[in-house]
Amino acid sequence: MSKALLEVKNLSMHYDTMEGNVDAVKNISFEVNSGESFGLVGESGCGKTSVAMTLLQLQPDNSVITQGSIKLDGKELIGLSENDLRKVRWDSISIVFQGAMNAWNPVIKIGEQIREAMREHYPENTKQENMNKIIELFRMVGLDESTTDRYPHELSGGMKQRAVIALALSCDPKIIIADEPTTALDVVIQDQILNEIKKVQDLLGLSLIYISHDIAVIAEMTDKIAVMYAGSIVEMGPTKDVFKNPIHSYTRALLDSTPSIRGEKKKLKSLDGEPPSLINKIEGCSFAPRCPNRDTECNPSEHMRLVEVNPDHFADICSQGK
Amino acid sequence: MADNLIEVRNLVKHFEVSKSLFSRNKKIVKAVDGISFDIKAGETLGLVGQSGCGKTTTARSLCLLDPKTSGNINFYNPDSQNMESFDNINEDGLKTFRRNIQMIFQDPYESLNPRWTIKDIIKEPLDIHNIGSLSEREEAIIEILRTVGLTPPENYLGRYPHEISGGQRQRVSIARTLVMKPKFVVCDEPTSMLDVSIRISIMDLMLNLAKELEVSYLYITHDLAVARYMCNRIAVMFNGKIVEIAETEELLQNPIHPYTKRLISSIPIPDPSFNREKYLINFDELDKIISNNPDEKMVDIGGGHFVATHNTKEFFIES
Amino acid sequence: MENENFDRDIKATIKKNWRLFKQSRLGMTGLGIVVFFGFLSILQPLLFLTGIWDEGIYHPVVGYDAEKVGRTIVECPTQYPTKEYQQEGDCPRVDEVNIRYLKAFNIEGEVGEIYESNVQPAPPSSRHILGTDSLGRDIFSQIMEGSQVAFVLGLISAIIGVGISTLLGTAAAFYGGVLDTYLMRQSDLVLMLPTLPFLFIISAFAELQIWHLAVVLGTIGGLGGSVITVKSQALQVKVKPFVDSARITGGSKRRIMFSHILPNVAPLALLFMVFSVTGAIASESVLSFLGLLNIDMSWGIMIYLAQAEGFIFTGLKYWWLILPAGLSVTLLAGGFYLVGRGLDDVFNPRLRRR
Repeated sequence: MSKALLEVKNLSMHYDTMEGNVDAVKNISFEVNSGESFGLVGESGCGKTSVAMTLLQLQPDNSVITQGSIKLDGKELIGLSENDLRKVRWDSISIVFQGAMNAWNPVIKIGEQIREAMREHYPENTKQENMNKIIELFRMVGLDESTTDRYPHELSGGMKQRAVIALALSCDPKIIIADEPTTALDVVIQDQILNEIKKVQDLLGLSLIYISHDIAVIAEMTDKIAVMYAGSIVEMGPTKDVFKNPIHSYTRALLDSTPSIRGEKKKLKSLDGEPPSLINKIEGCSFAPRCPNRDTECNPSEHMRLVEVNPDHFADICSQGK
Repeated sequence: MADNLIEVRNLVKHFEVSKSLFSRNKKIVKAVDGISFDIKAGETLGLVGQSGCGKTTTARSLCLLDPKTSGNINFYNPDSQNMESFDNINEDGLKTFRRNIQMIFQDPYESLNPRWTIKDIIKEPLDIHNIGSLSEREEAIIEILRTVGLTPPENYLGRYPHEISGGQRQRVSIARTLVMKPKFVVCDEPTSMLDVSIRISIMDLMLNLAKELEVSYLYITHDLAVARYMCNRIAVMFNGKIVEIAETEELLQNPIHPYTKRLISSIPIPDPSFNREKYLINFDELDKIISNNPDEKMVDIGGGHFVATHNTKEFFIES
Repeated sequence: MENENFDRDIKATIKKNWRLFKQSRLGMTGLGIVVFFGFLSILQPLLFLTGIWDEGIYHPVVGYDAEKVGRTIVECPTQYPTKEYQQEGDCPRVDEVNIRYLKAFNIEGEVGEIYESNVQPAPPSSRHILGTDSLGRDIFSQIMEGSQVAFVLGLISAIIGVGISTLLGTAAAFYGGVLDTYLMRQSDLVLMLPTLPFLFIISAFAELQIWHLAVVLGTIGGLGGSVITVKSQALQVKVKPFVDSARITGGSKRRIMFSHILPNVAPLALLFMVFSVTGAIASESVLSFLGLLNIDMSWGIMIYLAQAEGFIFTGLKYWWLILPAGLSVTLLAGGFYLVGRGLDDVFNPRLRRR
């Protein structure tokens, strides 16, 4: 196995708020190899966006990283100065946000805005070199060359999101983080964007961290997934393995509650209750109150901890009972 | 036909948009361009399509929120036991109608007045229609809260929408909608903003209530997988027109219209070992063909499966 | 139904909002200032009622208290320098009085005698902590009176203004059409109207009492830009699903406007109210300073008197005539503004820190 490109170890982070500490990320570890696509799936508020922000060291001011390390290509990111971080961002790791398509400056042409970003990173390039590259990227994500000369309001949502992907690619990153890039889009456009992301990833040999609440999208996009619940990873492994043989009750509940248009129409199972608020410190298993298999031999007072159940397939210790 | 609850005939809704501030040229947006469908009593019809295809406009016209441009909507009046047209409805008919048609909205954070308590939110319809005495209203509220699974109801009466979670808010919306025991409820993507694990419980609740209270739904969604779970029949809408309408499984197994095929092929499957077949079409071409044939008729290909008759081969393009 | 609803609503939201408000340092500073002046304006009648202050001495308008100072009568020389005085202008010294001045006022006296005179305006002393003005009236009492005037004027005009703009703005949003167009054009006109010159003209035709001014300022404020802002807010509320929901159920227009839309634009209106107090206080000072208001006492009048009698040009020699009144206007107007900023943090979640 090749050496991991991105290595996150025992990362914990909380937000300091008026009501108290919000434990958004609790002791999570994962690795992403080069060329691999890694999925992070979970419900809203489970901490997946916080993870993405922390990877880029773009977390808000009131957040506190209490432990852990983030190593990109063997280089520690936590504690780097803002200047060094700027080089790392975009150069090595870049992000496509959920609402990114609405973040274009409305009065500057799309191509101009990307060139602006590139100029910062490649000061030695000529204007023409940069422009050529942008046009090449636009073709890659399925946009016409002339789009570089358009203003954001002249483009549809899908086109704007494609341009965001082009922007994310403009500085040759090694990893792209896609945080719900298609959530605000229609299914047909989502399908197109997903195709472009996959195509670009293959073409450039990128690593991809795909964050979504939609387990169907994750199933199609990723080689490896981690399921997050209440700030912790409860199950992690090769996507096919996890879908075929889910170990943790939460993973199974997620799979059981996702409707599909394929196969027998089956009765879907719902989960009782709501995800816990992360403000109150949770002792032991955070899923226990909703767990449908609570009465088996698991020990809800035990802290969450990942154990290897199959090769490369990890699950929270709580599920060890069965 | 006595078992139809709603009959929509050639419903048209156009919006006038002035091109710029100073120009007098009015541009007309054909949000809904001549659609027809029936909804039977106790049935759930799904209305599926991209955003901007006219799903929500249809819903708003059905609820008399926005006046329609032309066409006819007939509604089964349980008082007179007749189909009545919206156009010549009288004061009494309007009241009956208002009591029997309700709508559930997409956004559970916007659909409840933030300054009202849950009790007042659910009570409002009863107040407006002056149903029952004050204590009877109170009882009805408690009963409906129990029905939608907010137990114990007393815990919720005095709370404000911002004090409860998204799933609970959507339950309150449903409670408010159903407190007058309507016959027909329009649901505008009621679960698309909820989390996966909560979504199913709301969908199940709605299905159970449909059986229990004999409610029909018009269920609007962009997600065919959700529509499959919820609906008996599905109508696929594209650019203000219904292009295909059939029983749910028939539509999914045997789609005829290229747009339906495209839509179905773009739904991700929660199974990593399955490879979706891509079916690509040229949307500009499709748009042109549809707008060039304004009097397109729907053709019955058997078993209640209707499809708009375009020459499908013309705009099939290879991926 | 709405009332009962409202009471509970208010209690719950006040509690939450107070917590948010406390976070804003600016808001708390402003609130401190406002409370301080509020305390001053209540304190004055209490002092009179309990008899701690004698109305004859401390009344802000008709009170009189003279401070006696004994001065030696001297005759100033015609040529300088002399043994006692270095140059012209040194005579008379602070504790002396020139006999020529006494003669001019037909007052008897001989050189070397002690002449007792009243000092007006008197500097701060233990009896009058902010001194007296040129008519022997207590400045501190006047400041308290002025703060009553400021509160009455500010609050009345703010309530009138906000009432008008909320009603009109909501109506414009709700009914639209001709009413909307009319109200918007009217707002434009009122916005273009230069307020101060307009007030000059009014005061030329009618004697303006303080509450007249409150009504005029409130009306101008209420018809102006705030209608547009309230309307835009009401338009946002109008298209919310809960309003649609009430319409589907068959709710009357009146119910929708008063039960759904008004309560949801109320926070914005409150914000406006606080900001418009600032403007009202400032306008009052300007009008009083120009002598255009028919009121007995206010901060503006205090500055006006100091100016009319020439004390304003003496630098800070007679500071107690100018500074207390000037600072009060600035502080209270600023205080209300800061409270508004604090409320803004509460009502506009965009600005709210997590």
